[in-house]
Amino acid sequence: MKKLLYILLLVVPFSVYSAGAEVELEDADIDLSDVQSLERGAKNYVTYCLGCHSAQYIRYKRIAIDLGLDEDKVLNDIAPLGAGIYDQMHSAMNPKDASKWFGTTPPDLSLIARVRGADWLYTYLKSFYTDPSRPYGVNNRVFEDVGMPNVLWQLQGEQTASIKKIDGKPVITKLIPKDNGKMSEKEFDRFVNDLVNFLVYIGEPVQLERKSMGKYVLFYILLFTIVAYLLKREYWKDIH
Amino acid sequence: MKNKIGQCTDWFLCRFPLVKLWNEHMAHYYAPKNFNIWYFFGSLALFVLVNQFITGILLTMNYKPDAELAFDSVEYIMRDVNWGWLVRYMHSTGASAFFIVVYLHMFRGLIYGSYKQPRELIWIFGMLIFVALMAEAFMGYLLPWGQMSYWGAQVIISLFSAIPVIGDDLSLWIRGDYVISDATLNRFFAFHVIAVPLVLLILVFLHIVALHEVGSNNPDGIEIKESKDPFGVPVDGIPFHPYYTVKDIVGIGVFLFFFATVIFYMPEMGGYFLEHANFIPADPLKTPEHIAPVWYFTPFYAILRAVPDKFAGVIAMGGAIVVLFLLPWLDRCKVKSIRYRGGIYKKAVLLFIISFIGLGYLGTQPATPGATLVARILTVIYFGFFLLMPLYTRWEKTKPVPTRLTHQPSLEERVPGWIEFFNEIFPQTPVKDSHGNTVMKRRPDRTAMINALIRFAKKLKESLD
Repeated sequence: MKKLLYILLLVVPFSVYSAGAEVELEDADIDLSDVQSLERGAKNYVTYCLGCHSAQYIRYKRIAIDLGLDEDKVLNDIAPLGAGIYDQMHSAMNPKDASKWFGTTPPDLSLIARVRGADWLYTYLKSFYTDPSRPYGVNNRVFEDVGMPNVLWQLQGEQTASIKKIDGKPVITKLIPKDNGKMSEKEFDRFVNDLVNFLVYIGEPVQLERKSMGKYVLFYILLFTIVAYLLKREYWKDIH
Repeated sequence: MKNKIGQCTDWFLCRFPLVKLWNEHMAHYYAPKNFNIWYFFGSLALFVLVNQFITGILLTMNYKPDAELAFDSVEYIMRDVNWGWLVRYMHSTGASAFFIVVYLHMFRGLIYGSYKQPRELIWIFGMLIFVALMAEAFMGYLLPWGQMSYWGAQVIISLFSAIPVIGDDLSLWIRGDYVISDATLNRFFAFHVIAVPLVLLILVFLHIVALHEVGSNNPDGIEIKESKDPFGVPVDGIPFHPYYTVKDIVGIGVFLFFFATVIFYMPEMGGYFLEHANFIPADPLKTPEHIAPVWYFTPFYAILRAVPDKFAGVIAMGGAIVVLFLLPWLDRCKVKSIRYRGGIYKKAVLLFIISFIGLGYLGTQPATPGATLVARILTVIYFGFFLLMPLYTRWEKTKPVPTRLTHQPSLEERVPGWIEFFNEIFPQTPVKDSHGNTVMKRRPDRTAMINALIRFAKKLKESLD
């Protein structure tokens, strides 16, 4: 009886939970060493996102340094007209207007990848579907009733939701493309992936450097520990 | 020249008891020679404390304690300050490391009876350090001014308002405003960077002075001062310096390896060391769906939520810490070390571990009815471990305690055993390769594995008797 109690105590805390009915996220292919992808992502960001979403913790100068790009190239190809190299990625939109138009101020996206994770962003950007009940005619599968319109619809084409009733509640089983956008599915996936890659990068610009530095630090600590251990063994020889 | 330096040294030493201090606390401080792995965590706690001081001072050079600027200044440190990211990660990881090390240090005290006579005061000082550390961590967590900083502080401070009569005024007084605001941030900054660190330093000093007065306990839980040689030196004692200084440096090396792995490869630790929602700036108008404290507070947070009444919950949470203070008087057993204590105590400790880790896990999860039920059971076990102690420790059938320290195999001495074990599980077996030749290859042996499991289970059962 007592033994049974122990076993129960061990098992119960971990078995009470079952996974919630959340949308399964698609895998984003994040590679921060792919400078070209980051460059395309930066360009996509300025073209499609910066109108509403600032990324105020990153400067164009930093992007130029980290991606190994010429400053002029960043200003001409990536940054919006009139931006200086030391500028942060500010949005031109007035926050007061924005909250009037969308019901909420579009958030700054500098750290969004650290809040949501790459896979969530990737899936989110691909999961808009037509929903006439919403003010902008679209809803999102992973972020229900989001205030954001589908900025990328021209590229992706429209999607509709196939809805089934499960336990009396309408559940979206999958999204079906209604018409073709300017891009093929593969092109669009790459487009979104580049964008998410860029968002992950601006979430913590130093992360690539941090990881490459890590192995030297660990190697040094390992050597230090070995020397320290040999020293300890030498001293402790006479202790029995 | 040499003479001049010697004269200066003499001048100094005539006026300051440096030699005496050094001898009393290092060179002639005799520590038991059988310290095992559990005894690294005291020096590691000191090491992490120094890390927090140094990185903390560097952070204050660029941090701005202002509700408008705090979040931005942290990101400024992460991006624009040279090596700022490293300093910040060392500080944030250091906070979690501090609690890991301190929890293990406290657990060591629990299993080897280090809180017992004559070391009750060391335990009390240690517990005060733990409380100060919790205050330090709680107030430090507000400073990045993210959503979890803000709402975590909001939830915890609102607990004070559950106190009858004075509650509302008290929480208002602590916050300096009706909600968490700039005023709160400023005073928490003051407490975090100067007031509490000073208290911590003093308490650590007292903790060590009290320890050196009575001497260290050890895994056998016997007093080495009871067997001394003709010169008055404990026969089982060795000078702290150089023996334990060189040993603790190895511990620091191993610790740094793990510490650096987290800093360089997983500074967020999957959202446990740095919570994802804390990368959103504090917004007083948007309550996050799920407010969870950082992992080191979750066992106590789970106890708070397990109690249906708010005020009673606050009392229970406080009580969970107060009972720890009483430990030296709750435990009635004369034997210190778990090695010679009765089975009932070992089983009680096992239940306590399960309840503490279980509560810690539940504290990170949303409070569903099922989770709350489990949290209640675990809360009862947590308190049962302490409050029933005066009863069950009295019936304990203890084993005979040796008069001198016992020899336990060291890590090096265990290595041949491990090799033998590996050979048993993966024996060399003749296998035919693609050319038809017979070669010896290591293949896992099923019966050996089952035997090993049975042996392990038997050993586990034995160790609980």
